[in-house]
Amino acid sequence: MQGSIGEWLDMGGYAAYVWPVYGIAFAVLIGAFIHSLRSLRGEEAALDNLLRTIQLEREPDGEA
Amino acid sequence: MKLSRMLLPWAGGLTLLLGIAGLWFALFDSPPDYQQGETVRIMYVHVPAAWMSLFCYVVMAISAGVGLIWKHPVADVAAKGSAPIGAAFTIVTLISGAFWGKPMWGKWWVWDARLTAELVLLFLYLGYIALIHAFDDPKRGLKAGAVLALVGLINVPIIKFSVDWWTTMHQPASVVKMGGPAIDASMMVPLLLMAFAFKAYYIYVLLLRMRAEVTAGKVRALRLRQAHGAV
Repeated sequence: MQGSIGEWLDMGGYAAYVWPVYGIAFAVLIGAFIHSLRSLRGEEAALDNLLRTIQLEREPDGEA
Repeated sequence: MKLSRMLLPWAGGLTLLLGIAGLWFALFDSPPDYQQGETVRIMYVHVPAAWMSLFCYVVMAISAGVGLIWKHPVADVAAKGSAPIGAAFTIVTLISGAFWGKPMWGKWWVWDARLTAELVLLFLYLGYIALIHAFDDPKRGLKAGAVLALVGLINVPIIKFSVDWWTTMHQPASVVKMGGPAIDASMMVPLLLMAFAFKAYYIYVLLLRMRAEVTAGKVRALRLRQAHGAV
């Protein structure tokens, strides 16, 4: 790396093109990751809830 | 499920490690291009994203095909999970390409063979996602989606070889070509690191999505049994 941080941030005058690319790529990939993680958590919670209600419904009969 | 639990932390760790190393080389420790100056740093996002947009599509289409022919449920889950990740990589490819095209070609977008075919790829992904959710019976949706994915496979070689077949503004391949890569090691290192980081990311997010889908399947099956009074 040569020069100052200011020079580096300037990207040889192409800052307006280089940085948005990294920003947008980061945002899109992180967004897809968070969306996937949330849907996994959501489904796991739904499964837990369902299993719990089934358990509760069974217990009065003494099946569980 | 067990395998995915074992692979998840590895894929996640590799994504982070390779991503940080790739960013370091891409943004600090690599030279500007003698023709394109600092805009060459866009390549380290654009090219690996473009590779992944094709790779995810091939995985998706083959998985969908296996699901269609052999009715393997995991194949359908893999196809379904790959689609949005591939679409994300395609969006990154198109946007980063625009940001590279503007300073180098003077235009954000040209209706050139490769760019147009990559846009078609995005529509194939979106079409597949729309189709698999378009039916009340998810099996019918997956079937229709698989047919679209397999037909759309023809687009993959079109994208790959478009720069050789047609006159184009887009530069030809410089990494995967006859006679070895025409790119210096100082640029090859960040390019490959970013490519492997994206691949690890894909495996990681795909595993997350597949687990979510398998869990959703269990929820659906339990609800159905509950509705029929079987539980």
